[in-house]
Amino acid sequence: MTAIYEPAPAILPLTLENMGYSAGGVPLLSGVTLRIPAGRRLIVMGANGAGKSLFLRLCHGLIDPTAGRRLWATGAARAEAQAMVFQRPVLLRRTAAANLEYPLALKGIPPHPRRESVERAMARFGLSALADRPARLLSGGEQQRLALARAWVMRPQILFLDEPTSALDPSATRMIEEMVMQFSDDGITLVMSTHNLGQARRLAQDVAFLHRGQLLEHQTAETFFAGPQTPEARAFLAGDLVW
Amino acid sequence: MDGALGIALGLIASGDPALMQIIMLSLRVTLAAVAIACAIGLPLGAALALSRFPGRGAVIVVFNALMGLPPGVAGLLVYLLLSRSGPLGGLALLFTPTAMILAQTVLILPIVVSLTRSVVEDLWAEYREQLLSLGAGRWRAVPTLLWDGRVSLLTGVLAGFGRASAEVGAVLIVGGNIAGHTRTMTTAITLETSRGNLGLAVALGIILLALTLMLNAAAWGAGQWARERLG
Repeated sequence: MTAIYEPAPAILPLTLENMGYSAGGVPLLSGVTLRIPAGRRLIVMGANGAGKSLFLRLCHGLIDPTAGRRLWATGAARAEAQAMVFQRPVLLRRTAAANLEYPLALKGIPPHPRRESVERAMARFGLSALADRPARLLSGGEQQRLALARAWVMRPQILFLDEPTSALDPSATRMIEEMVMQFSDDGITLVMSTHNLGQARRLAQDVAFLHRGQLLEHQTAETFFAGPQTPEARAFLAGDLVW
Repeated sequence: MDGALGIALGLIASGDPALMQIIMLSLRVTLAAVAIACAIGLPLGAALALSRFPGRGAVIVVFNALMGLPPGVAGLLVYLLLSRSGPLGGLALLFTPTAMILAQTVLILPIVVSLTRSVVEDLWAEYREQLLSLGAGRWRAVPTLLWDGRVSLLTGVLAGFGRASAEVGAVLIVGGNIAGHTRTMTTAITLETSRGNLGLAVALGIILLALTLMLNAAAWGAGQWARERLG
């Protein structure tokens, strides 16, 4: 868009080789081998406790795997051009606009272009009228929109979303889904966890199905929803409780 | 008693120069001590909250315990430090306002450190993943956390101010209660009461109380405003 953003080297595909994570000797995720190519929408599915959040945090680099490898195309263990939206976003105790400025200031972008980016992002996500409002006093849906806008100003190549709509009502959920699709239309790779089947069907191009810390299936969405190969995934899709 | 109150109000109303001099010195000493304690204590408390090293628990316990350090003991420590035969005796600071600032800083610092540590530690638990995701490392997060905890931290700073402005022991030992030089509101109250000069003592008491009340009202107002305005 403007000259302030150097064209970053491509960080994708992200390659996970036998990645695992254990805490206190208890394996919480193990043997995950997966390649996340550029430009796709990968939905991570599974019951509560299957390891979806952990999987996203490991990919994003918030925690490091205790087994196996996580490798970006650049060869780095932690890539710059990524962002994550959490189930409950943490917004700073300052205005909505200042929350968007914050990550740009961290990147060392000077005040003038910083403010331009923020204004563009606020307009794009329908937040312009809320720019000067304290972020913590916005509604749940507005807060999550602001979190998406904050991810967007960071110009990520890949965006991780951890059940971003699970605390929202249906209309806010629909709005967030539309905005998530806009990221995808911009060519940004998406990795999103959800336990909402309808949402998974609406958004997925690829599906990764986790069960008790294991990656049981990794397919295109069409194949997965037409006929999952494992009994656990079949039971999950049928709405049975899988333990 | 009626007589003392009458004299006190008279002194306050007339802006008695001796009274004003004592008030200004007290404020100068305590405000300087608060400023120094904050300059050291806020970053130190935040660093303590975010760091992990062997013996960290012991350091935290010591700072918590020092919040209850008797002012007389703090005064004695600074006295030993500054006395002619002490390690800093050559500076000739004993019985000066500078010595009093130093002694009160020793009293306030543990309050600021402990409260900052507790506030920043709680905030970090909430913010950690989000800040790391946004690209703020552990140390870059310190100013962000201090700023987001500003309302709670103000309460701690105020508690420090309250402790310093109310104490007698430390300033008495290192200041010496010299009229016109190191006499503060609290040391003057002690002296004038023992001399039976109740008018001046009551006047100073009223002013000390009013000052504390005003400060706490301001802090409470700031807290309310921040909650409504910033969430």
